[in-house]
Amino acid sequence: MDNATIWIVILGLGLGSYLIRLSFIGLIGDRPMPEWLLRHLRYAAVGILPGIAAPLVVFPAETGGAIDPVRLCAGIATITVGYLSKSTLWAIVAGAGTFATLAIAGL
Amino acid sequence: MARASEKKLMKRGILDSLPFLVVLIPFAMLFGVVGTEAGLNIAQVMGFSVVVIAGAAQFTALQLLQEGAPVAIVLLTALAVNLRMAMYSAALTPHLGQAPFWQRGLVAYLIVDQNFAIAATAYERETQWSLADRMAYFIGVSIPVVPAWYAFTLLGVLVGATLPEWLALDFALPVAFLSIVAPALRTLAHVAAAAVSVVLALCFAFLPYSIGLLIAGLGAMMAGAQVEKIMERGNG
Repeated sequence: MDNATIWIVILGLGLGSYLIRLSFIGLIGDRPMPEWLLRHLRYAAVGILPGIAAPLVVFPAETGGAIDPVRLCAGIATITVGYLSKSTLWAIVAGAGTFATLAIAGL
Repeated sequence: MARASEKKLMKRGILDSLPFLVVLIPFAMLFGVVGTEAGLNIAQVMGFSVVVIAGAAQFTALQLLQEGAPVAIVLLTALAVNLRMAMYSAALTPHLGQAPFWQRGLVAYLIVDQNFAIAATAYERETQWSLADRMAYFIGVSIPVVPAWYAFTLLGVLVGATLPEWLALDFALPVAFLSIVAPALRTLAHVAAAAVSVVLALCFAFLPYSIGLLIAGLGAMMAGAQVEKIMERGNG
């Protein structure tokens, strides 16, 4: 990892991320979008975020990729409480609380 | 009158986004810690957090840089992680699309998971808000979140080595994302998309450069769109 490579990645990623964020709100503004595209985009958040989270919960780097019952239970608690309460805050409390309780209990 | 309501909504936005700092702060600090441990200097770590402001993409890029992946692969993979931002941009367009271009340009820079999630759900509820109200609220929900991302990245760089292990900062990321997704699982199509995403991401977790996430995301979006179509036909 030399310095030039790192800065190219920072600036390239910054510009690319900005253009992705600007895409619709910048260019489309008020104009209507095709139905098929909207239909797919509606599931981008619920389709991508769990894909990032799942491997981190099931194969955590902290344990070298081995299944950790504490993280697994805390992950399931986050999803269950978030789904039932429809509250992000309670989901965070449930996930962090389960993790802390089981970790302190020494599991 | 208009100014008073905008000020009120900006304040309300600030209050509404404060709870999300519980997850954002450790996550920002973790980037400071991991970035420093990976050998980045303070300007580079802060460069990531100020220029990119997208946690998952920053961690992805950092990980791939450490693996020695080619620059093109680093950029494409990290940008793929950020493709969800296009959906956020699309979802905000009906609410903020009428604003002047410079304001939309500013909004685009500020979009992250937290402020998008809070603002989008508020817009669905508060249909009587004017364009200026919605803009004021978006700026409000961004005020705690974005500067905190910079500040706590810096704190992570400065105190990183002394953070206690029991904090398990690495677990803040999946908790944050799952806590945003779970309340958003409103229909069978949402559940199908999330389930397909989890299964595919776990099945393809062995692939390098986060290719598994791309497969999971595309498969999940197709699953969600298809289930929605089927449900619509069933209801119609």
